[in-house]
Amino acid sequence: MSGAHHYNPDDPPVLEVEDLSVDIKVPAGTLHAVNKVSFSVRPGETLSLVGESGCGKSITSLAIMRLLPKAARLSASKIIFDGQDLAALSEKQMARLRGNRIGMIFQDPMTSLNPVYRIGDQLEEIYLRHKGGGRREARERAEYLLEKIGIINPTQRLTQFPHQLSGGLRQRMMIAMMLMCDPKLIIADEPTTALDVTVQVQILQLLRSLQEEFRMALILITHNLGVVARMADHVAVMYAGQVVEKGSSADVFRHPTHPYTRGLLECIPHPGQSATRNKLGSIPGIVPSLVGRIDGCTFRNRCNYAFGDCATAQVGLRDVEDGHSYRCLLPPETFAAGKLEKA
Amino acid sequence: MANFLTRRLIIALLVALTVSIVGFSLLRLSGDLAAVLAGEDASAEDIARTAAQYGLDRHLIVQYLDWLFNALRGNLGQSLFTHEPVWEMITSRLPVTITLAFAALFFGLLIAIPLGVLAAVKANTWTDRGALFVAVMGQATPNFWFALILIYVFGVWWRQATILGVRLAEIKIFGMQLSGLPISGGATWLHYVLPVVTLATFVMPAIMRITRTGMMEVLNSDYVRTARAKGLSPGKVLFKHALRNAILPVVSLAAVQLGFLLSGSVIVESIFALNGVGYLAFESIKRIDFPVVQSILVILACSYILLTLLADIINAKLDPRVRLE
Repeated sequence: MSGAHHYNPDDPPVLEVEDLSVDIKVPAGTLHAVNKVSFSVRPGETLSLVGESGCGKSITSLAIMRLLPKAARLSASKIIFDGQDLAALSEKQMARLRGNRIGMIFQDPMTSLNPVYRIGDQLEEIYLRHKGGGRREARERAEYLLEKIGIINPTQRLTQFPHQLSGGLRQRMMIAMMLMCDPKLIIADEPTTALDVTVQVQILQLLRSLQEEFRMALILITHNLGVVARMADHVAVMYAGQVVEKGSSADVFRHPTHPYTRGLLECIPHPGQSATRNKLGSIPGIVPSLVGRIDGCTFRNRCNYAFGDCATAQVGLRDVEDGHSYRCLLPPETFAAGKLEKA
Repeated sequence: MANFLTRRLIIALLVALTVSIVGFSLLRLSGDLAAVLAGEDASAEDIARTAAQYGLDRHLIVQYLDWLFNALRGNLGQSLFTHEPVWEMITSRLPVTITLAFAALFFGLLIAIPLGVLAAVKANTWTDRGALFVAVMGQATPNFWFALILIYVFGVWWRQATILGVRLAEIKIFGMQLSGLPISGGATWLHYVLPVVTLATFVMPAIMRITRTGMMEVLNSDYVRTARAKGLSPGKVLFKHALRNAILPVVSLAAVQLGFLLSGSVIVESIFALNGVGYLAFESIKRIDFPVVQSILVILACSYILLTLLADIINAKLDPRVRLE
């Protein structure tokens, strides 16, 4: 699990999101991409949003940055970042925050850096935009950060173009770029998915150590439970636009409660274990369409435990224990060990 | 880069050589030069004598090689009609054509690129459709027709011809005789206004559409999303991060368009009576002034080749990834 905590649970959250929804107009109607998602993250804490593609985790992060496509509509009862309500800011004010106090790292470092500008220009640009100061100051900051992230020849690297660097190096550059202004919150959307496995570990370790050093809050978006286990203090499991289970990563991994979370965990191979226990799980069925009105539980058509009420009842989040909640009509005991198969 | 340039230059030379051969053959096979030179009433003997006098009785290959070696020594021969050296005839008119072509390209780009960017940013709105309408109109309007309409509107209807500097040749529009100002005499910048408008209208649509397409693609790219996530101003995102990537195909297209303007303004130069290379070509073709036509053809082909090369070099400058290839 995630080892020692690097955050203080009594600190006020850097970001507090309550009932965040994103609706997207599509030809067939309204797509409810994100549905009343709530979470918060503290300085130094890592929150992981987990789920399969299309579950709304990336849209959630773009919503926080207010970088949603034009056809999307954002609503929330609260998106408080460092005491400011993000939903109430003008586009100009929001732009002043982006890259400055909230940094964002994207999935594909091959395409996320502009191919026609030198790495140095791209790093300095963000500093010059938000911190002012001169080019020399920006260059010094860039060199300092490159050394920090373990790049051997920073001065020379800064004069190179993105296509001259490997994938792992480019992602390091992205990270350095987003650290230029010393943000309070970093949102990393699948930061290692496009990288080689060996490089993935390095990038994650780097993110962790930087987070500790700069005491940043980190929202880590991933579909990879291995990454979550390594990194996260808290987890929010998303399915079909909703959070279906959330809690400390220790709780969620030790006592997965929602059938979807349990299914996800069964999908992880455990090499070296005996053959009978090594049966790799899969979750049958497909994610339901999110266009139009959504009634009942969104997971019911893939769930072994589904019964009549699942199609109609309002399913809210409820507590398993303090700080650990899940979205299901059935009590936690139903899913206790040994009762995994459908009764 | 040196390697790239050498290879490109060798190809360019081969293309120029091919053009000169094909041009020579086509021009010589399209009519009997000696018969034309001897005049309408000439007897067979007169024609034979004329042929011998101009060396036209030799084998075509010998004539071509003769022309080629002279051309390589910088001797493009003399006009068959005015007996002026061809080189001087062309160079004295080049400034007019070059001014016209560059001005038209400049104003074409000046309108096309911002309009293309606007259409991409406002994709699928009325602004976009308006820009598309302008482009389709510009593309669909024939040059000569638009030129005549401009002359009609400003010269006949509005009577501003002299102010706008339209020097009218003897032109008939819809059966109406327009006797304008004489052709000779130096052209001032005013004389270029309407021809430049005509040619810019011709250049603009394709560049605008290709800018729009490029911008649409680039605006959806990851690095533009990164630029937004960096909190950059919309102008920086659009013009620094997006446009520079979208402009690469525009450079190539603009080079081809410029080549076309240098050779293709024949009609516009004729209509507006601007004494440029296009007009000279037009006159020389009418008179079957073979050495002049052949030289213009080869010079224009070379300018095309140079422009394409220039576009490649500019693209290599704009996009570091091109430099590696």
